[in-house]
Formats: sequence, C-alpha cells, structure tokens
Amino acid sequence: MFATKRLGKELAKIHGSLPPGITLVTAEGFQEWLLDIKVLDENPIYLNQTYRLKFKFSQSYPIEPPEVTFVNTTDRPIPIHPHIYSNGIICLDLLGTQGWSPVQNVESICMSLQSMLTGNTKNERPEGDAQFVASNRRRPRDIDFYYHDNTV
Amino acid sequence: MKRNAQLTGFASAIRISSLSDEFKHPSTIDTIPPQSKKRKAAEATVASDTLSAQRSSKRIASAAAVKEGPPTPLTTGSPMDSDDEFMSGMSSDEDMLQESDNDDGSADDFGFDEPEPDLGYSQKGAVEKQEKRKFDINYKVYHPEDIQAQQDDLIDEVNMILDIRKEDAAILLRHFRWNKERLIEDYMDRSKKVLEDAGLGPSMTGPPKLEVIPGFMCDICCEDEKGLQSFAMKCGHRYCINCYNQYLGQKIKEEGEAARIQCPADGCKRIMDAKSLDLLVGADLQTRYHELLTRTYVEDKDQMKWCPAPDCTNAIECGIKKKDLLRVVPTVACDCKHRFCFGCILADHQPAPCELVKMWLKKCADDSETANWISANTKECPRCNSTIEKNGGCNHMTCRKCKHEFCWMCMGLWSEHGTSWYNCNRFEEKSGSDARDAQAKSRVSLERYLHYYNRYANHEQSAKLDKDIYHKTEKKMIQLQSASGMSWIEVQYLNSASQALQTCRQTLKWTYAFAYYLGKVNLTAMFEDNQKDLEMAVEALSEMFEKPVQELADSKLKVEIMDKTSYCNKRRVILLADTADNLANEVWTWHPKDLFDYFKS
Repeated sequence: MFATKRLGKELAKIHGSLPPGITLVTAEGFQEWLLDIKVLDENPIYLNQTYRLKFKFSQSYPIEPPEVTFVNTTDRPIPIHPHIYSNGIICLDLLGTQGWSPVQNVESICMSLQSMLTGNTKNERPEGDAQFVASNRRRPRDIDFYYHDNTV
Repeated sequence: MKRNAQLTGFASAIRISSLSDEFKHPSTIDTIPPQSKKRKAAEATVASDTLSAQRSSKRIASAAAVKEGPPTPLTTGSPMDSDDEFMSGMSSDEDMLQESDNDDGSADDFGFDEPEPDLGYSQKGAVEKQEKRKFDINYKVYHPEDIQAQQDDLIDEVNMILDIRKEDAAILLRHFRWNKERLIEDYMDRSKKVLEDAGLGPSMTGPPKLEVIPGFMCDICCEDEKGLQSFAMKCGHRYCINCYNQYLGQKIKEEGEAARIQCPADGCKRIMDAKSLDLLVGADLQTRYHELLTRTYVEDKDQMKWCPAPDCTNAIECGIKKKDLLRVVPTVACDCKHRFCFGCILADHQPAPCELVKMWLKKCADDSETANWISANTKECPRCNSTIEKNGGCNHMTCRKCKHEFCWMCMGLWSEHGTSWYNCNRFEEKSGSDARDAQAKSRVSLERYLHYYNRYANHEQSAKLDKDIYHKTEKKMIQLQSASGMSWIEVQYLNSASQALQTCRQTLKWTYAFAYYLGKVNLTAMFEDNQKDLEMAVEALSEMFEKPVQELADSKLKVEIMDKTSYCNKRRVILLADTADNLANEVWTWHPKDLFDYFKS
C-alpha cells in the first residue's frame, strides 16, 4: 500500500516528537487523523485557544494532498481568518493540487497552518462566507479557490 | 406545415392566455407561482438550442463546400474551384459581378461537393495565393504532423543558435510561449536568469539516468530498501522511481499537465523534461505527455486555435485581433469541413459579430424576457402581491391565494364598485395610467424580441428538419439513380441543394439576431430586403426539396432545384458581402445606440 508505509513512518516520527503547539489526538488507521494546534505567539485573535484539525488521506497520499479541515467541538472553535470558512474549510494553496508537493507531510502542514494564523491580523471570515457555507457540497480539494488576497 | 408546428416557449404561453380570453363568463384568476411555467418552456428551448448547435456543427461543416454556380452539371473541374467558397461569403461586389457573369455559362459543376483527396493542402495553398480582398480572413489549417514539425523546427533552430540541449530548448521555448525572438534576445542578455526562470537552473552534464544509492531513503514514500532505484533531476532532489511514476501519472493523467510539471520537492521550480520523463514512466503516459505537450504549443499561441469539431485534431492559425471583432466576422473552415468563427469558436455566425452573438445567446438563455413577459401580462394582487394573470372574464378579480377581491382595471377594492359590475368607470388616477404605460412599453419590447427570436428559432429548427430530409436524400439519390438511370454525378444536385439549405439557414438564423440589435437607418431597409430575398429563396428551395422521388426525377424540377440552389447561394453571398462591408466601415447603428461602447473602451 502506497500511503500506508509513508503514514506509518510519519506516525512513528510524530510519536517520537512534535514541534511545540502541535499535539496528536487520534490516529487510528491510515484514513483519518485528528491533531490539535495552538498559536504560539501573542496574537490576540487566537490567544489561549486550541483548534482541532482533521486530516483525511486518500490511497494516493502523498502524491495527492490530504484533505485538511478545522473541526468544531465544544472547546475547539473554528479559527477566524480571511481564508478559513466557518465550516472549517481552509483555503490554502499548499492543500490544493497546484501548491502541494509530495514531500510535505502532516507535521509540515500543521506548522504551515500555525504560521498562517500567527501572521494574520484581520479578525474576519472570507468574503461570501455565509453563502459558501450554505451552498457548498463539494469536497475541499474540488473547490477552485479564488485567492482574493494573497498577502494574508 | 413544419414551420407552424414549433412554437417557442414564449409564443405558446401567450397563446394560452389569448385563448382563454375567449371564455367570457367565469371570472377566474390564475395565481402564477413565482417560477412560472414559461420559464420552463424557455429553458427547454435553450437546451435544444445548444444541443442542436452541437449536433449541427458537423452538418453545417459539410455545407461548407456548397457552391454557387450555374445549374448545368459537368464533371470537369472549373477554374473557380470550391476552395475559395468560404471566402466568397466575404467577397466584395466586384466578385459578385464576376460570378454573375459566369451565370449563363456552363463551366461550373457540382462535383466539388465531394472532398478531393488533397483538399486540405490545396486549400492551404489557395488561401496563401489568394490576393487580399477587403474582408477576406487569411488563415491556415494545420494538421497534427504540421504542428509537430513546426515545434521541431523551432526547437532545432534554438538548439543550434544557443547551443543547448534539445530538451532544454523545448522547455525554454515553452517557457517563452514559443516566442523564439524574445527567447534568443533574453538568453543572449542574461542566460543564467533565463535558465533559472524556466526551471533549468545550474546544470551538471550527462544524460538523465536511474541510480541505486546506498543508504537512500525516499522522502515521499519513506522506502529505504536496498537496491531501490532512484532518480534526481539536475536540482538534485532525489526520489524513488515508484514515487516518480505515481507523481507523474497524477500530473499527466489527472491534472492534464505537461509543459510545466515541476520537481516534486516543495518550492523547487525545476521542470520535468521529456527525456527524463521517458526514463521514468511507461509508454502510455509518454504518449499522453507528448500529446499534451503538442497541445500547449497551440494553446500558448494567441494566433492559433483548435478546430472545435468533435474528434478533429487540426488547428487553425489566423491573425485576427480581438479589437477587430466588431468590424469583422472571422469565419474559417477547417479541413474537416467544420466552419466556425475564429473569434469565439462558435459555429459560423455570419453576419453577426461575436459580441452581438454573445449578447443574443445570453438574452435567449437568461430570464430577462421572462421578467418582461410577466410585467407585460400580469398584475399583482394589491393585498398579497401574488403575480396574477387574468385569463378571462370580467374585472371582478378574486385572488386565489388570499381571497382578496379587487377590480382589474383600477386595482381598487371591489366592494367600492357598488353596482357598476363588470365595468369600472371610476376616475383613473395618474398612477394607474403610468402603470399602464409601463406595461405597454414592456409589451412592445417583448413583442419585438419575440418577432426576432421566433424567426431565429424557426431557421434553427428548419435547418434541423432539412437535415433530416438530407439523410433521406442520400437514399433518394440512390433510388433516383436506379429509377431514372441517372449517373451518380447527375444526382449530386440534391446534395448541393441540401448543403445550400443548411448554409443559408445558418446565415438567416443569425441575420435575425443581427437585426434585433440593429438600429433603424436607411441601410437597414436594404438589409431587410436582402434578408427577405434570401429567406424567400430558401423557403422555395426547401419546398421543392421535400418532393417525392418520382417528381424529383423529373428533369424540369431538377433544373428548377439547381437554379434555386445557385440563387440561394448567390443571395447569401450578396447579403453577407453587404453586411460585412457596412460592418467594416462602421456604418451600422445599434439598438440601443451604446450597445458596443463597453467593448471599444
């Protein structure tokens, strides 16, 4: 199995050590993992918050990117960010086929998301959030995100 | 009768309401739901539009070689060959005179309707040779092998001039969108930067090869077996052959990429070259990769477009600029006989310019006329605002939804009308007359649209029906051959007639979209005359064409059909020459006046 061996290795490494602010919640099997991330600096938008990420892997991982979304639970909100929809879908080129590289991994994605939050100063949702959340039925990877503002 | 059979969505809806006006007694009210039935009907029309457009494309293409010529069939070739037929649509008046001079002669034939084996090449030659006429569109048809050869020539040239590997030359050319001059200039100035930008960074020598490196672990699959074959491009990012295979398969098969596949490493801009790729993937992916590469050549060039006909692999080169599209309708004919507009890739839409076509199709597809219909034919219940179509009876309306009773004339409460039943004689407030004015306006606008739309749709539909007949024609021609003892060449006049019908109806169809947007000037009368002449000729030919085989065999009818065929084609050329002339000289006015202002700015 293509994805299995690679994910096995990644998991072994994750069990060994993870960068600060990233913790593994569950990794049962090689289809779906949950991880928690925290923003490490003093950014007031995300201060004292923990966010939960869901990773879904296809058979062709890591050739194809995993599907990564934020999930909403009682103590894990969806972070406010101009590229994160309120249903947890993330608009990040790294997670689309164009920006993805097979040498990326779960850890590197988590770190990218951490820095995406750290660098943000806008306490707002993407344009058209309500409409997108109400109407979207597609998988995140099939959505053609229009990168409104690449500076964020 | 077939013309009457098809009612458009709008027309049928209107008919229903006018029919019901005849029932004088009951005062009934229809509460129309927000999504009226009419909308459905309109959608249905539109759907069939696109369908027919697709299906007819091949057909229209085959009509491309319709010739205008005198009726006598002859088997020998004529100096006026069919190759320039597509041009004749745009030919100037002098050509018309020439052609009519030919009219009484017998030096033309119908034999050219069948493609000659070398048509493609002779056509290319003909286009090049042709002296430039005012509205001619110069273009060339390229076959897949021509396209490949052109690329190879360019690659060889750059390979020689810059003294770099052919693979690198190809990547550089693709990076520069096949602009050889700019590539060479830039390369001479700053070769390092050019190479870097194109993903060819600092290079080591030697051909690409697979290697087994002790202690190697692939960063993608984490495989570290002994003897694992791995590969790295010149950037040095090394991955195992399996991962490369998977990665390239994903890029080529799923994402349709070829010319710009980057190294799998994050942020590495190194581009996969053809030689390395051949080493890493199987034959099927290689074939697909080279197909896609060839495709980027055409797609990268502004002056080249693929022929949109299904399964056609040719490309057309034409120098027409986007800004010219208001003055020229650049119709081109592929060697596969598909005629299309180079500006917008839609099937031949002469005489209407691309922007007009776009607007018209949008208008027919969207709901703007539905709204017009509703405002022209309905009122709203004063209490609950339900849209109401009065479908008969007196002025005493009872809303089906909220049971509100009101007067249709003044929209006031019915209870106030006292005993003046069925007749509202209350003084008209100004608001009432304003509302009626607005209604009258939208009625006129709707009627105007429907006038043109019905005729547009009618020709589209008739072309379809003529096409059905054409299928039968082929059988008829065989029957004719055996029934009348005529030779194959002698029955080709039916084929010519059928093709003329298709081409002329295609033109007529678009004249109605054209006319819808045309402002009223003196020229418009001339255009309408031309349109009428062509339409009458086409309908007459269409009627003759439907006759049973026995009658078709009659030599008198045969001559009549041939006469009419050539007359139709001639009228079409006259109409197109006239409209193209006026378009080029920008003498048409538009309705509304500022129709194309946004395009010019």
